[in-house]
Amino acid sequence: MIKTDILIIGAGPTGLFAVFEAGLLKLKCHLIDALPQPGGQCAEIYPKKPIYDIPGFPEVLAGDLVDNLMEQIKPFDPGFTLGERAETIEKQEDGSFIVTTNKGTKHHAPVVAIAGGLGSFEPRKPLLENLDKFEDKGVAYIIRDPEVYRNKKVVIAGGGDSALDWSIFLADVAAEVTLIHRRNEFRGALDSVEKVEELKKLGRINLITPAEITSLQGGDHLEGVTISREDEEIFLETDYFIPLFGLSPKLGPIGNWGLEIEKNAIKVDNTLDYQTNIPGIYAIGDVNTYPGKLKLILCGFHEATLMCQSAYKRIYPDKRYVMKYTTVSGIDGFDGSRKEAEKAVIKSIN
Amino acid sequence: MSDINIKITDREGKVHEVLAPTDMGMNLMELCKAYELPVEGTCGGMAMCASCQIYVHTDHTLPEMSMDEDLMLAEAFHVKNNSRLGCQIQITEELEGLEIEIAPEV
Repeated sequence: MIKTDILIIGAGPTGLFAVFEAGLLKLKCHLIDALPQPGGQCAEIYPKKPIYDIPGFPEVLAGDLVDNLMEQIKPFDPGFTLGERAETIEKQEDGSFIVTTNKGTKHHAPVVAIAGGLGSFEPRKPLLENLDKFEDKGVAYIIRDPEVYRNKKVVIAGGGDSALDWSIFLADVAAEVTLIHRRNEFRGALDSVEKVEELKKLGRINLITPAEITSLQGGDHLEGVTISREDEEIFLETDYFIPLFGLSPKLGPIGNWGLEIEKNAIKVDNTLDYQTNIPGIYAIGDVNTYPGKLKLILCGFHEATLMCQSAYKRIYPDKRYVMKYTTVSGIDGFDGSRKEAEKAVIKSIN
Repeated sequence: MSDINIKITDREGKVHEVLAPTDMGMNLMELCKAYELPVEGTCGGMAMCASCQIYVHTDHTLPEMSMDEDLMLAEAFHVKNNSRLGCQIQITEELEGLEIEIAPEV
């Protein structure tokens, strides 16, 4: 059982910044995210896009913002459960919560802050008959363990970075890699496209474009796919089919936690502390809603800050505390590190 | 600059006749959101998610499709010949009377 003070669901910019604000109050945080890396949408969808409305940053790449946040919260040593989706929540007699992920990892905390953005990212599944039937029997949407594909025949579909990157990676592992895309052009990074082109010439990647998969064949396990290219139909024997058409966010299991939901977002009390209808559960950032809500990173930062103050009062109801300025008190990391302003040099004029 | 009239058919087939400002730099994805129609716009309008796919039912001259939009649609589902990404179409006076339909959710 992982124990922490504030359990944050969602490791996007809002969730990450909450770690910093909690750290100033000496509260420890642990984050759960369905994606394998922190950063949420910023890291997953648009790491190379500039953001222009982060106060004090005239321009910052989304990926750099995440890196900077990770650096900023490092002294507060957050824990991470990545690649797992928060599935269930149980309220304990003492008012604390146990949150369990889809892989069974349990987390215990007196305060839960949902910073889930638009939801957990789920793979977008192509519209193919029998697709469900072959899930985990040859069809996979996420590559968890590349060794599964060693010396096997693999068909990948898609035109973005993940389709290109996995085709390149599996070219060294699988017996045969076929990449199928509806266009001859690819959206992914230029060097990945060039690498695929090179591997195609070497005969290590079988590239079929412009084409798409039209049906799946097999018995208990996938045995082949039918591909339509212009006017021809191709049948290809394969052990695995991996459609990589990106991810789409779904509110998912959090929607069944008894929280008040409005327009696919969690209603919170914005006049006070962004608490939900369940005391001890807060919702911050894009996942919440209240009159006048704006889904902006900078608003998420503000919400995270107020949430932490309220969480502190909930965890330590009898302690008096007054908000401190980092310019005055510096930062005391949980790792023993200390950052503080340099002492002024006093010089007299004679 | 004046507002223009646009007809938007939602996923239940209901037609919404809306007024769209031409002077706010808005696109069709944002217009749908402004009227609380169920368009996700996950990526915020960067042609990177296809969650604002629409079908265009009138023959208005639309901004030419960029390579980004074209390739994103190549990976989207329920794509038809009249599919566009709403976020890539800016609202201008030339679009008066435009009729669009929101594509199914994926």
